[in-house]
Amino acid sequence: MLLIHCPYCEEARPEIEFRHAGEAHIARPADIASLTDEEFSRFFFYRDNPKGITFERWRHLHGCARFFNAARDTVTDKFLVTYPAGEAKPDLVEAANENAKGAT
Amino acid sequence: MRRFSGFAVAREAMRAHKGWGRQWDSPEPRSSYDVIIVGAGGHGLATAYYLAKEHGITNVAVLEKGWLGGGNTGRNTTIIRSNYLYDESAGLYDHAVKLWEGLSQDLNYNVMYSPRGVMMLAHNVHDEQVLKRHIHANRLNGVDNEWLTPEQAGEYCPPLNISKGARYPVTGAALQRRGGTARHDAVAWGYARAASARGVHVIENCAVTGIRRSGNGQVTGVETTRGFIGAKKVGVVAAGHTSVLMEMADVRMPLESFPLQALVSEPVKPCFPCVVMSNSVHAYISQSDKGELVIGAGTDQYTSYSQTGGLHILKDTLEAICEMFPVFTRMKMLRSWGGIVDVTPDRSPIIARTPVPGLYVNCGWGTGGFKATPGSGHVFAHTIANDNPHPINEGFTLERFTTGRLIDEAAAAAVAH
Ligand SMILES: Cc1cc2nc3c(=O)[nH]c(=O)nc-3n(C[C@H](O)[C@H](O)[C@H](O)COP(=O)(O)OP(=O)(O)OC[C@H]3O[C@@H](n4cnc5c(N)ncnc54)[C@H](O)[C@@H]3O)c2cc1C
Ligand SMILES: [Zn+2]
Repeated sequence: MLLIHCPYCEEARPEIEFRHAGEAHIARPADIASLTDEEFSRFFFYRDNPKGITFERWRHLHGCARFFNAARDTVTDKFLVTYPAGEAKPDLVEAANENAKGAT
Repeated sequence: MRRFSGFAVAREAMRAHKGWGRQWDSPEPRSSYDVIIVGAGGHGLATAYYLAKEHGITNVAVLEKGWLGGGNTGRNTTIIRSNYLYDESAGLYDHAVKLWEGLSQDLNYNVMYSPRGVMMLAHNVHDEQVLKRHIHANRLNGVDNEWLTPEQAGEYCPPLNISKGARYPVTGAALQRRGGTARHDAVAWGYARAASARGVHVIENCAVTGIRRSGNGQVTGVETTRGFIGAKKVGVVAAGHTSVLMEMADVRMPLESFPLQALVSEPVKPCFPCVVMSNSVHAYISQSDKGELVIGAGTDQYTSYSQTGGLHILKDTLEAICEMFPVFTRMKMLRSWGGIVDVTPDRSPIIARTPVPGLYVNCGWGTGGFKATPGSGHVFAHTIANDNPHPINEGFTLERFTTGRLIDEAAAAAVAH
């Protein structure tokens, strides 16, 4: 089971309190009716699915109930950083250093 | 390769079984092939076998980064059935069941296909409606599936708790009698052996690291950990790693990779006669011929390539198993493991050409592709050989995610299956 740090509650909590909510940083198109089929398909069905660092949404369902984002390594399942929804993608070099500090 | 027969077994019995020899070759890769298949799981090996057998294309290599059958093929709970809702799916999965019926003879290798019946339980009104809808749809497609009362279900599977006071009361069940199990490793080995006998190269410890294309975009071969190997056509059959491989040819996929776990108990004498699945409580169980209870869990919620999943997933499944089969509460579990399954938005596979000329993909089998192994290989070989799909896999394209013509088994089943 993953241990996940909620950036709002500022606490690491067990995974069963959370719901995974798919790839992060996908902006819903402002005028969705004007998209071509091709564009809609890319937005709706196609995903990054990297072997390595992924950016994903989580919801602290059984806690503060809020959505946040995370960068996680899909090979080790280790989180690099979690951050509030709406913030830009973090600089991962810095996040990795922070992570290493936390570990010692 | 020596053929297996009653006579051969008797002969070998007389000389301490010393004459069997290797079952398939382990050749050095050639500099190029007509077709390269990436991934020596059941689907990849079956594709190579049918390319050779049905289409006369024998200059074929199957490249595998690990050992053959070490992916999901060797990790799955081996449930076989074809009672899917939609016409396209019924066509595809029933094609596979028909091939399973004659597969041991065809391959001259015992894949231990055992049509012991797959029973899917209903626990509430919604389950009943869903299962009955499937039964009716299946009948229209000529796929066997029948409704059982709780008493009939209990008779078919004596360990099942059908008492009214059960935590998950059984209100009925759908039974596909032609459904069952097969021996997963034997499927990989049988196809490898039969393909090898027809001249196919099965090359292990050879990871594909790049897909090379010419100026006009046409595939020319693959980069591997054992050097460049040329190919006129490349078929990617890499299950959970499909997105990674297709990225090498700049093709983005509508796939996400999730961990899926299973576990087995200590072996016991035969006590469980069929396969039982419960979608509502998310557990499925059968007994292997070795005597272990084989139990499948659900996927983890997050994407991953780690081949491990959360312990709480297994615990939830075991809790459900113990409620439905109180007789198993004191069984000890021996081993658990995970595989990485590639899931499409509509939970149906993609067996198709791609935007890159010469590149084909067979993926998206998610949590339920073992059952389709022979059928999948058969129609994918047709697709590669003719650069055109077989009528059975015509609908299983990449384009369906643009046209909207989905084969929405996800909505039909609502869970992993
Ligand atoms: C726990 C579990 C239980 C399951 N239960 C069932 C079930 O009961 N019934 C059912 O029908 N299905 C079930 N499935 C699903 C089923 O296992 C798969 O759909 C099916 O086995 C896929 O076969 P495949 O040949 O496509 O993939 P795999 O057997 O995974 O083969 C793909 C191969 O590609 C190789 N590969 C990957 N990347 C590269 C590379 N770069 N270069 C070279 N080779 C590469 C891998 O090493 C692997 O051997 C289950 C799966 C799991 C994990
Ligand atoms: Zn919180």
